Amino acid sequence: MRIEVDAVAGTLESSDALVRVSPAEELRIEVTSTVEAQFGAEIRRTVAEQLDRLGVTEGLISVQDKGALDFVIRARVQGAVLRGAQARPDWRKL
Amino acid sequence: MKAKKSPAERPSRSMLFVPGSNAAWLSTVQVYGADYVMFDLEDSVSVREKDTARLLVHEALKSPVWAGVPVVVRVNAINTPFFRDDLEAVVSAGVAIVRLPMVTDAQMIRHLDAELGVLEGKYGSVPGTTRILAAVESASGVVNAVAIATASPRMMGIALAAYDYAMDMHTTHDAAADESQLFFARCAILHAARVAKIHCYDVIYADVNDTEGFLREVAVIKKLGFDGKSLVNPRQIEPLHNAFAPTPEEVERAHRVVAAAVEAEKVGMGVVALDGKMIDAPIIAAAHRTIRLAQVSGVQVAGGVR
Amino acid sequence: MSGWQGRVPTDAVELAGLVPFAGPAPSTQADKDARRARKVVGSLTEAISRSGLGDGDTISFHHHFREGDLLILQVLAEVEALGIRGLTLASSSLNACHGDVVGYIERGVVSRIYTSGMRGTLAARISRGGLLPHPVQVHSHGGRAALMASGELRPKVAFLGVSACDEFGNANGTSGASRCGSLGYALVDAMFAETVVLVTEQVVAFPNTPAVIRQNRVDLIVVVERVGDPSRINVGATRTTTNPRDLLVARRATDVVEHGGFFVDGFSIQTGSGGAATAVTDYLGERMERRGVKAGWALGGITGSMVALHERGLVGRLLDVQSFDLVAASSLERNPGHTIVSASEYASPAAKAACVDELDVVILSALEIDLDYNVNVLTGSDGLMMGASGGHCDTAAGAKLVVVVAPLIRTRIPTIVERVTTLITPGSNVDVLVTDYGVCVNPRRPAVAERLAAAGIKVTTIEALFARALEICGRPRAVETTDEIVGVVRYRDGSVIDVVRAVAS
Repeated sequence: MRIEVDAVAGTLESSDALVRVSPAEELRIEVTSTVEAQFGAEIRRTVAEQLDRLGVTEGLISVQDKGALDFVIRARVQGAVLRGAQARPDWRKL
Repeated sequence: MKAKKSPAERPSRSMLFVPGSNAAWLSTVQVYGADYVMFDLEDSVSVREKDTARLLVHEALKSPVWAGVPVVVRVNAINTPFFRDDLEAVVSAGVAIVRLPMVTDAQMIRHLDAELGVLEGKYGSVPGTTRILAAVESASGVVNAVAIATASPRMMGIALAAYDYAMDMHTTHDAAADESQLFFARCAILHAARVAKIHCYDVIYADVNDTEGFLREVAVIKKLGFDGKSLVNPRQIEPLHNAFAPTPEEVERAHRVVAAAVEAEKVGMGVVALDGKMIDAPIIAAAHRTIRLAQVSGVQVAGGVR
Repeated sequence: MSGWQGRVPTDAVELAGLVPFAGPAPSTQADKDARRARKVVGSLTEAISRSGLGDGDTISFHHHFREGDLLILQVLAEVEALGIRGLTLASSSLNACHGDVVGYIERGVVSRIYTSGMRGTLAARISRGGLLPHPVQVHSHGGRAALMASGELRPKVAFLGVSACDEFGNANGTSGASRCGSLGYALVDAMFAETVVLVTEQVVAFPNTPAVIRQNRVDLIVVVERVGDPSRINVGATRTTTNPRDLLVARRATDVVEHGGFFVDGFSIQTGSGGAATAVTDYLGERMERRGVKAGWALGGITGSMVALHERGLVGRLLDVQSFDLVAASSLERNPGHTIVSASEYASPAAKAACVDELDVVILSALEIDLDYNVNVLTGSDGLMMGASGGHCDTAAGAKLVVVVAPLIRTRIPTIVERVTTLITPGSNVDVLVTDYGVCVNPRRPAVAERLAAAGIKVTTIEALFARALEICGRPRAVETTDEIVGVVRYRDGSVIDVVRAVAS
């Protein structure tokens, strides 16, 4: 899946995450988190895994995490990527 | 066909609405002890966020937060462009119950039933396991309630929604108003639910801070025979459950009825009597309902939790 | 030889070593200005100079204004202007409003700290290491009184902010504009400090009775514009909650209090700070009325909710070491059954009697609790100090039923951990944990577990709750620390129960 346009999903409220995607030559992931000390590594793993499932190999992915649980981070990455790729979800693959 | 569970077997007093776009609520509201939690993709989600809410609800259903909890999802109405995507998003995540809004006739339920069958096949769910809760919010829905309630073996309940119904009736809904406004609709869906042996849920009470008005309405619908009510805030759960809890006297009497029935069966008597009065099957069934309700309410005969 | 007016035979053997009367001194008491001049000085600078404060001395403060304290930073500014350095800052607690203390540490004005806790930027900066030359000594409220009694902590000067006092130094927290209510912590400073400086907003007519801090303990009085903002007393830890999760936990905790075995006429209770802990009070009144049970007394930080129970006749006496809000502050003046206790009388293990030892039930909060029921109320699970020891270990040691209330998960951070980041209260003093996901009872207290189960309260295990938290959140990574010790946690008897190490950056 290819990021064609800038897109955003999620919010900056507590327990949520705001994910921005933009077209780029190569894949770059930026994560900031209110629970960086305890869960920074796990959040990066979740984001990378989700991008992999969606087949995203290039693009700028920025995640501002406000202590979201894993399932929220996954959904917000999916939301931003699908919007950026102007694609519909394949529910089997999510 | 497998016999359906009677409404009393699982407590179904409270159905808590949670906006499907609210990450914090989807992460936490399982703790409040609502009998059912309903993720909403319809009215509480703006058109702009239908796509992300669908993803969020899909992921929530699959997450360990909600594992083992029978969740209800309200999809958008059948005649909206969102319906099909909503349904696919939730069935692919193994949703237990789909609440369909704006149901006007049995044909809608049959349509949903068929769609569910197709999606269950596509996503490998056991066919027929996804249940349906129909919300009626119009004159025709109320009038067709019996047909709706009996339209599919998937039907687990029927609910009334007052706002659109009132408009359809050329009036407006005001919770504080005379209860007679909803009397016919309430009776209609209740009869339908009892005919179909499914749950029956009353309307939401929107003013969270008006506990007194809420409890007044709860008293009315409990007396009518509703199983429960749709709720908009966790703070409404406890007052509702307390109102539905049987009194210690009712529980004690129920235990005596059941004991008498057991005793009669043991000695092979066809007729059960308690305190010199005949007890028939409906009384025994009601006694079992009371005891189960007491168990989930925390009521104990010898002065327990409440 | 004979002395005064021929009455005193000064050479008599019997009077050897005694001093003969030299005649009456000119009366300062008759002259109002002279009388005032005895104690009332014109400025903080003058008070500091006259107190004899020098490099390396200890200055002490109370934290009754909590987030509204305006005094510590005023005094530090004057101290720095006078060139005094290397001070020990001993406040009964420090809050987020004290962020500017960082600068005074950097410039060498403050080099040691004794406190019950810290919040905000000061706490974060110290926790990251490399700021304070010596670790912060973290004590409990009772432990502070004990450290003063033992002499380890002996303030050279106590600066005690009050809303009003008379010119002899009689003060209470219930007269004047900026009333903070109880002065329970300040009483210990007034007792042990070498020099007591009352910093007041107003000098009122003598006698300002009933006095809490009394004239015979006060050396100097200085008037400043503001000592504190009482509207900020209930900001932060003591706020009343509307959060449905806190309310759920509070309701369950109230069930535990009702059925834990001590809910009988005349029982005593402390409900502590923290959203859920203070909300318990509101629910408690309802249960007491329904069951016809009245409490003999309530202890500790007193809230408006507790005052309401007292005024409804449901709680006999209020013993108030600190007023958690303005309702409690004004109740002290109005209600004869509502009285002040000093931190020593409240909780000191060195006191001749401490109220906590008579306590039946206490509700306490927790930042972390581990599988052995040890509690941390000081550091977050990111390792940064963000709370206070307070009366936690004091009341837990004394009370017969110790109920800890906490949400199982704060955003993504589990409250239950394998091993607390910092140990404040040992698990053997904790009886019940109440969370939004369920209630569990310390296996050391089977009788409590039985009573709760008999009442129909579902009891689970702390291991099951821990597993549920990990399932939802994932397993948090342990915080990396350096070897530098930035905090020394003193148990209430003064012994060291844990240390806080700097968080690695």
